[in-house]
Amino acid sequence: MAEIHLTDPHHKFGHTYRRDIWWARPLIIFICLSVFLVYVTWAAFQGNHYTFGPYLSPLYSPEVFGDSPHSWFGAKPGWWPAVLPWSPALLVLWAPGLFRLTCYYYRGTYYRSFWADPPSCTVTEPRKKYRGENSFPLIIQNIHRYFLYIALFFLIFLLYDVWKALWFTRPDTGERSFGIGVGTLVLATNVVLLGGYTLGCHSLRHLAGGFLDRFSGAPIRRSTYRCVSCFNRKHMLWAWMSLFWVMFSDIYIRLCSMGIWHDWQII
Amino acid sequence: MATAIFQIWRGDASGGKFENYSTEVSEGMVVLDAVHQIQAESANDLAVRWNCKAGKCGSCSAEINGVPKLMCMTRLSELSLNKPVLLQPMKAFPLIRDLVTDVSWNFRVKKKIKKFKPRTPDAKDGTWRMAQQDIDRVQEFHKCIECFLCQDVCHVLREHQLHDEFIGPRLLVHVAALEMHPLDVEDRLAAVKKTGGIGYCNITKCCTAVCPEGITITDNAIIPLKERVADRFYDPVKRLLRFLFAKH
Amino acid sequence: MAAFDTYNYDVLVIGAGGAGLRVAIEAAANGASVGLICKSLLGKAHTVMAEGGIAAALANVDDRDNWMVHFADTMRGGQYLNDWRMAELHAKEAPDRVRELEAWGALFDRTRDGRILQRNFGGHKYPRLAHVGDRTGLEMIRTLQDYGIHQGIDVFMECTIISLLRNSERIAGAFGYEREKGHFKLFAAKAIVIATGGIGRAYKITSNSWEYTGDGHALAYHAGAELMDMEFVQFHPTGMVWPPSVRGILVTEGVRGEGGILLNRENKRFMFDEIPALYRQQTADNEEEGWRYTQGDKLAKRPPELLTRDHVARCIVREIKEGRGSPHGGVYLDISWIKNKIPNAAEHIKKKLPSMYHQFKKLADIDITKEAMEVGPTTHYMMGGIRVDAETQMSTVPGLFAAGEAAAGLHGANRLGGNSLSDLLVFGKRAGEFAAKFARENTQAAIDQREIGMVAKKALEPFERTDGDNPFQVQYDLQETMQSLVGIVRKEEELQHAVAALQELQHRAGSVRVAGNREYNTGWHTALDLPNLLTVSEAITRAAIERKESRGAHFREDYPGKDEQTGNCNLIIVKAADGQMQVKRAPLRVIRPDLKSIIDEMK
Repeated sequence: MAEIHLTDPHHKFGHTYRRDIWWARPLIIFICLSVFLVYVTWAAFQGNHYTFGPYLSPLYSPEVFGDSPHSWFGAKPGWWPAVLPWSPALLVLWAPGLFRLTCYYYRGTYYRSFWADPPSCTVTEPRKKYRGENSFPLIIQNIHRYFLYIALFFLIFLLYDVWKALWFTRPDTGERSFGIGVGTLVLATNVVLLGGYTLGCHSLRHLAGGFLDRFSGAPIRRSTYRCVSCFNRKHMLWAWMSLFWVMFSDIYIRLCSMGIWHDWQII
Repeated sequence: MATAIFQIWRGDASGGKFENYSTEVSEGMVVLDAVHQIQAESANDLAVRWNCKAGKCGSCSAEINGVPKLMCMTRLSELSLNKPVLLQPMKAFPLIRDLVTDVSWNFRVKKKIKKFKPRTPDAKDGTWRMAQQDIDRVQEFHKCIECFLCQDVCHVLREHQLHDEFIGPRLLVHVAALEMHPLDVEDRLAAVKKTGGIGYCNITKCCTAVCPEGITITDNAIIPLKERVADRFYDPVKRLLRFLFAKH
Repeated sequence: MAAFDTYNYDVLVIGAGGAGLRVAIEAAANGASVGLICKSLLGKAHTVMAEGGIAAALANVDDRDNWMVHFADTMRGGQYLNDWRMAELHAKEAPDRVRELEAWGALFDRTRDGRILQRNFGGHKYPRLAHVGDRTGLEMIRTLQDYGIHQGIDVFMECTIISLLRNSERIAGAFGYEREKGHFKLFAAKAIVIATGGIGRAYKITSNSWEYTGDGHALAYHAGAELMDMEFVQFHPTGMVWPPSVRGILVTEGVRGEGGILLNRENKRFMFDEIPALYRQQTADNEEEGWRYTQGDKLAKRPPELLTRDHVARCIVREIKEGRGSPHGGVYLDISWIKNKIPNAAEHIKKKLPSMYHQFKKLADIDITKEAMEVGPTTHYMMGGIRVDAETQMSTVPGLFAAGEAAAGLHGANRLGGNSLSDLLVFGKRAGEFAAKFARENTQAAIDQREIGMVAKKALEPFERTDGDNPFQVQYDLQETMQSLVGIVRKEEELQHAVAALQELQHRAGSVRVAGNREYNTGWHTALDLPNLLTVSEAITRAAIERKESRGAHFREDYPGKDEQTGNCNLIIVKAADGQMQVKRAPLRVIRPDLKSIIDEMK
C-alpha cells in the first residue's frame, strides 16, 4: 500500500501553522516533571529526615530496612553492596516510580514534553525515524499492569502509615495516645490522591471489566467497572495532584524533622 | 459589514501557493460560508468538499490556522480576523486540489478489517437482547462521522507517513467498536497488533483533541484495545494461564 | 470525441445513501455484479442527517402496534394519494428490515428488556421509531456502508452521472464524470437503479446539501420515465433560522417527540388553535394530556405539535405572517420547559438530543436546555419522484428502477417522519432484488456511441464560452424563484410567473461559463447540475398549477380546500414527443377491499 505520497514538504523541527503558544504546555510539563524528578532523586538519596514522630515520608514507605522506628526488619542489611549508595527509599521507590513511568497518561505526556514526539499537535518533530511502542524498547511499556498490582499493595502500606500517624508518643511519659496532627492530614490526603490516581488506572479499568463485552447480569463487576471508569475520566488530574502531594508530604515531614517547621497537633 | 482576509492554499499535487481573498463577513458565519462566498464571487473553480454543513457528514475537514477542524463548525467569531485566516487542506493525505485531499486510503484500509459477525440470535424470532448499559460504550464510537481529522492530526501518519503499517485512530475506533460490540464473536486482536500497528500509537491524544464528535478516542478506544492486545500477547502470566487451562 | 473509461455491470446503482446502499447489497446478494455511484464520498449522503428514527411496527414499546396501524397512519398522512400496495408492503416489511440492520451491527437504543426502543413521532399512532439518540441516519448509513464494502460491490466515489443511455426498448447504461480529474466514465449496465435522493437545492432555504439537485428525477425524465406527485414537496416545520448562515438546517422532530412545544412571540402555544378534522380524534385535549403522551402514557393522545409536518409548517407560516413570529422570522421551539416537569431535565435533554444540543450550542450560541430555539420551515423532502411499480420498483422504462426519495408512491401527499428511512430499506431491498432479476433475464442493450459524443461535448461547452453567466449566480436566482413563488403557500398567478422565470433561467443555464480546468472544479459541477434543477423545478411548478386544491404538503391559497372531485388522482409528468413537459392525470388505483376496511376501521 505504498501508494501514499504526501505533497507537503518536510519542515524543520518546531514548524507549525498554529498561532497559539503551543510550546507553553509541553514546557510547563517539562519543568514540573523535571523539578519532581530532581527533588525525589535528591530526597531518596538523603537517607535521613524522612520520619517525624509517627509520620513516615511516603517516599520511604514501606521502610523495609532502615534505622527509624518504622523499619520492619531492622537496619541496613549486611548484604547490601558497599559500592552502592544506601538509602531505605532505594528499596521501594522503584515500584511507584515505574508505575508512573509506564502509566498511559504519563507516557503520552512525556513523549511530548521530553521527547518531542510530537512536541504538540501538528508541530514538526525533530526526528524522522519513529517506532513508537511497536518495538523495543518502548514495547516494554506493556508491563504497566504488573506495576499496577504492586501499586495496589503500596496503597495498603500507605494506609497503614496513616493509621500509625494517628498514635502519638508523649516524649515525657512514653505513653501512646490517639491524636491527629497536620502531618496526619497530609498523609491521609496523600493516600486519597494516590488512591484516586491508582484506582483510575487504565490497566485496572481493563482488569475490572474492560476486557468484557457485556456487563449486564454481573452487577458487581459492572459497578466496579463504572467506578474505575469514573476515576479514569480524570486520570490526568489525579496524576498531577498525587504527584505534587507525594512531594509535598516528603517536604513537610523533612522540614518538621529538621526542626524548620512545627507540626501542629489538632487533637 | 466587516471584511476579512482568507489565505487559501491553491494548487495540486505538483505544487501551489497561498492566495489571499477578501470577503464580507456577517453574524454567525462559519468558515465554510466564507469559502462558499469566495467561490461564488472570485474563485469559481476553488475546490472544496462539503455536504451537510451541520457537522454531521464530516466532509469539510481542513486545517484552519494550522489546526485540523471542520469548516462548517468553525465560526468566524472564534477566530481572530485581524490577521488573514489561513486555510489549508489536510496534510496526512495526498492532495487533489486546493482544499480537497484524497482520503480513499481510509476506505481501503477499512475494507481489510474483518467484518461484524454476530453470535447466534437469542430469541426464536432471530433477534437479540442487549442491555443499554452494554452498548453505551460502543454507541460512543458509532458517533464517528468519518471526517478523518484524527487521522490527519496523528503524527504517525502525518509526520512519519506510516500509512502502510498503522491504521490510524479512526480505524482503531472502528476496530474497538467491533471488538466491544456485545454481539460480535470475531477476533481481530492479532490483526490490530500486526497489520493495525496499534503499537505505533504513543497515546499523545491529538486525535481526541480534534474529534468534532467529542469521542474519547485514546482513553476509551485505543488504550482498552492496547490492554486487550497486552492480555493476549504481552502478559506472560495470562499466557501461562491460557496454556494451563486451554482444552488440550 | 472526448475520451472515457468503460465499465460493465449487471446492475448499476446511482446514489449511495441509505437506499442506494441497500439496493447494492441486495443486488450483490442476488448474484449480480454491482457498480455503485456515489456523488460525494461513501457514507456522506444525506441519510446521515436523518435524526428521528426508522418507522417500523415492531411493537416493542406498545404492543397495540402492528402493520395495519402503520399502514393506516401512512395512508392518512399521505391524504390517501399514496400507492396503497407500496404502503402495505412498507408497513409489513419494515420490521424485518430494521432487525436485519441489527444483524449487520447497528446498535439501536434499547428498552429495559433489551429490545429495540421506539419513540413517538408526528402522525404515528404509537411509539414506532427505532432510533439511536438523534443520529439514527448516521447509524443506518454506516451500518449499510460497513456491511456493503464486504459484498464485492465496486464503489465509484465522487462520480456524477449526467445522462442515462437507452435503446428503443430498455435501459443500456449511464454516462458521467468523476470529480477528481474530471474524466468521463461510461457504465454499461443491464439494469440501473436510481437512488439519488431529493431536490432540496431547488430552494433557498433547505435542509439538503449541494448534492440534492434532482439528478435522478431529471435523468429518468429525460430517459422517458414518468414522474409522479411532483407538486408535493415537504417543508419540514422546524429548521434553524438564525444565524443566517445556518438557515434551513434541520431541527429534528424528536425535539417535539421528547416534549418540545411551539410558542409564538406572545408565548402562546399556538398549535392548539387549529386541529384538522382528520386528526381531531387523536389529538390531546389539553397541554397536560399532550405532555403525558410524550412520556409514554398509553391512554393520552398526542400533542398538536406532533401533527403531520405539512400542517405544523403551515401553522408556523401563519403565525409569522400574522406578525406573531420571533425576531428572526421564525417561532420558538422550547424543550427547556420540561425542567418544570422532570428532575435533571438538562441531562435528560443532552442524553436524548445530543446532536441538537451540540448544533445549537456550536452554531447559534444557544443552550437548548435553558433557552428556546428559533425555528421555521425548511425544504426537506420530495414526496414525488419516479413513478414505479409497487412490487418491483421498476419505472416505466424497462430496466430502470428507482428507490428511496427519488421514487414516488409510498408517501402520497405528505410523508410521515421516520417513514423515509424505512422506505429506503424496504424498497431498496426490493429494487435490488428485482434489478438483479431483470439483469439475469436480459442481455446488455447496445449503446449508441454518437449519443455519448454529444453528451460529452455538451458537458464541456461551459469551458469554451468566453462570456456568459456564473453558474453559481444562476443557481442562486433559481433558488430565489422557487422559494418565493413555489414555496409552502402557492397561488396560480405566482406559479405562472415561476414558469416564465424558469424559462428565462433555462436560457441562462444554457450559456453559463466556467473558468479553470476539469479537475475538481466546483463551478463546472454546478453548471452540470443546473439542467437537472431546472427540470425538477419546472415539474414541481407545472404539477402545482395543475392541482387546483390544497392537500397534504401542497397548499394553494386560491384553492384552500380539498377537492374530492378533481383532487383524487396522481399527476404524472412525462416528456412529450416534442420535448415539452406534459402533465397528465392518473386516477387512483382502486384499493383492495381488505386494505380499505383497515383504513375505515382506524379512521
